[in-house]
Amino acid sequence: MDTLIWLIPLALVMGALGLLFFLWTLRSRQYDDLEGAASRILFDDDRPKKGHAR
Amino acid sequence: MSTALRLDAATCEHCGGPSAGRFCCTGCEGAHALVAGLGLDAFYRRRDAADGSLRPAEAPAADFGPLAPVNADGTRTLELMVAGLTCGACIWLVEQALAAEPDVLKARANLSTRRLSVTFRGEASRANDLAGLVARLGFRVAPFSPACLKATEDAEGRELTRALGIAAFGAMNVMMVSVAVWAGGDMGDATRHAFHWLAALIGLPTVLVGGWPLFRSAWRGLRAGRLNMDCAVSLGVIATTVMSLSETLRNGDFTWFDGATALVALLLAGRYLDRAARRRARQSVAELLALQDGHVTVMGEERPVPAEQVRPGARILVASGERLRLDAVLDAGTASLDCSASTGESLPREFRAGEALPAGAVNMGAPFTATVTAAMADGSLAAMARLLERAEQTRGRFVSIADKAASIYVPIAHVVAVATFLGWWLLAGVTWQAALVPAVAALIITCPCGLAIAVPAVQVVTVGALFRRGVLVASGTALERLASADHVVLDKTGTLTEGKPQLLSGTWTARDLREAASLARASRHPLAKALVRACPVAPVLDGVTEVPGQGLEAGGARLGRAEFCGLRPDPSGMSLHFVRPGAAPVVFRFADQLRPDAAEAVAAFHRLGLTVELLSGDAEPKVAEAARAAGIGHFTATADPAAKAARIEALKREGRRVLMVGDGINDAPALALAHVSAAPGEGTDLAQTASDIVLRAEGLTPLAEAVARARFAQRLAQQNIAGAFGYNLVAVPVAVAGFATPLIAALVMASSSLAVTLNALRAGSRRIRWTP
Repeated sequence: MDTLIWLIPLALVMGALGLLFFLWTLRSRQYDDLEGAASRILFDDDRPKKGHAR
Repeated sequence: MSTALRLDAATCEHCGGPSAGRFCCTGCEGAHALVAGLGLDAFYRRRDAADGSLRPAEAPAADFGPLAPVNADGTRTLELMVAGLTCGACIWLVEQALAAEPDVLKARANLSTRRLSVTFRGEASRANDLAGLVARLGFRVAPFSPACLKATEDAEGRELTRALGIAAFGAMNVMMVSVAVWAGGDMGDATRHAFHWLAALIGLPTVLVGGWPLFRSAWRGLRAGRLNMDCAVSLGVIATTVMSLSETLRNGDFTWFDGATALVALLLAGRYLDRAARRRARQSVAELLALQDGHVTVMGEERPVPAEQVRPGARILVASGERLRLDAVLDAGTASLDCSASTGESLPREFRAGEALPAGAVNMGAPFTATVTAAMADGSLAAMARLLERAEQTRGRFVSIADKAASIYVPIAHVVAVATFLGWWLLAGVTWQAALVPAVAALIITCPCGLAIAVPAVQVVTVGALFRRGVLVASGTALERLASADHVVLDKTGTLTEGKPQLLSGTWTARDLREAASLARASRHPLAKALVRACPVAPVLDGVTEVPGQGLEAGGARLGRAEFCGLRPDPSGMSLHFVRPGAAPVVFRFADQLRPDAAEAVAAFHRLGLTVELLSGDAEPKVAEAARAAGIGHFTATADPAAKAARIEALKREGRRVLMVGDGINDAPALALAHVSAAPGEGTDLAQTASDIVLRAEGLTPLAEAVARARFAQRLAQQNIAGAFGYNLVAVPVAVAGFATPLIAALVMASSSLAVTLNALRAGSRRIRWTP
């Protein structure tokens, strides 16, 4: 049973980290445009190119 | 997919619409050159579909400068609503094209909300160039209005996402601990106690935070004196949590935190999906409304002014084909206005100088100036909008089937739970803590988990299926009301008919039409547009000059009024004359015609057992003819808005549940009063706001299908509720007898939810039998 002393807090900490990560994704508005995100991933150059028309 | 270099393709290379040459119009040619010049022609390979909707229209009228406020760091951000964004390639094109501008720092388009944010450095007037750039690509832009913002900025939705994430997360972790307890029969007392506390540590905050949206809705219902589904759910969740806490304190065999948290997570998932489906519909409605440009050309102002800002006494210029947005009197000369939106008349009416012009009418003749008599907020349109609000309040609150079931179900479940508690405590003589366990087990097993997602699941699937067919259901209870409708009241102009002039067959030849349509391409006049619609492949002609209110001229050819073409005056109004050197004069006649599917839709309503009547503001012969052609027996002509509303009231008194369909300003009060209402997508914004359903698709048959689908959905919801009841008949005695463990409860809950969801998926089946 000694292992539980370690494993349970470890599980809780890892869980809390996961939760914090979720809250961060929510705060940075990553769920606002799910359709757009699904399409964007297909394009390599999704970062707008700076510079001039060629 | 469009291929970039198919030289004599039958479709336009830019918009994909029908075309004689490479491009259907100069706008598309310019857009293609622009895209190619930016090195973005990969767009044409990447996009999903090209249906001709990407044809650049005239530049946006609004002044976008004031819409680009300065940020803290000196840059400006412009928010636009962009219609026509349909796939990832579109957002890619828009973002890349804007980013190529040297002063643009950031451009981001949102595919779900059609919102484009552009951050740039420089003068406010640059906003007009940037909006113009997007418009030149073929997308229609409008200011991101507060209405759009309301439909898309969805604070409640975000809160729901957060609650769902936390609840799902907590439920999984509590389950992990619970499984250890279920499996660990040989677990020591102290260890089990520690696990109980661990479950409580995770479970309590999860229930509190995750359950908050449910508790709040339950509280709102209670305060309004209504026992809704959320009440039942909240009580079940809270009772389970309290019982589990009591079991934790006394170190009982099991805690039930897993059940409580899983229940919360499931319910939130149902609610999240429900909201997402409706949000999509609401956004599309807001998009349609935003595109109805609300800008007015005021004499003496450099740029168009938003209609709300025009003061009485201002002189405004109304171009051909433009909709008059304010009450005004005609300054000089005569004007020909299509008043169908405000009166239902299908023929344009002539107005003389000094006559009052109705707001909402469309200019069918030459541009004219008029003096505004009332500001937007005091005008006739605003008065109508206030009337609507009152009518909507009297519509009263509709009790949904889920709430009806809950009001029967909740008292029974609670009586059973209390009886179980008293029975075990007083008759069987166990401690009150021990008696709490079977009582709460009965509560959580009956807890309308299946019931609470039974109805939303069906609605989500149905609203989604209808959305794909162009029927936007924005109101939460509209589907149920649609299912119970038994009488259809149709407006004529714009609803049963197209609401815009259509070319009638005549003595002209295909060649005449093609040549005339080439000329007509240069004009915005409604009849010219109708001619182009009749012959979309007509090539573009250079050197066309328009004489406002008279006609078009190119070379020796003239298209327009009879006098303009040197012919004898033609009093019929809805016609265009066409003369060319060396050919006999040709006349094209137009009329507002029935929608092609009008008779079919009426027949479909009849088959569904609904009676249909026609209620129009137009003159009797026209209404009678339309009714006969569409197969409608009962009709009323020359009905003004009050008469329309009165007719709906009368039908309601007879106990009929009326589905009202209308597009005009004059229909709005009737739409708001009806049991359920629908407006075509090209209808006036007032009619769309007053309606529960907006038809983006052409024609009325989608509405008949929507009725059938709503009924099917209602049947499925009833089946689901019955199924949930059936489950309880078996499960409750087990729980009352004290045999239920959290494991059994979890199994029952999961399997009933699964059964209900699978049944609900049938609502989206591609083909439902609605034409017997």
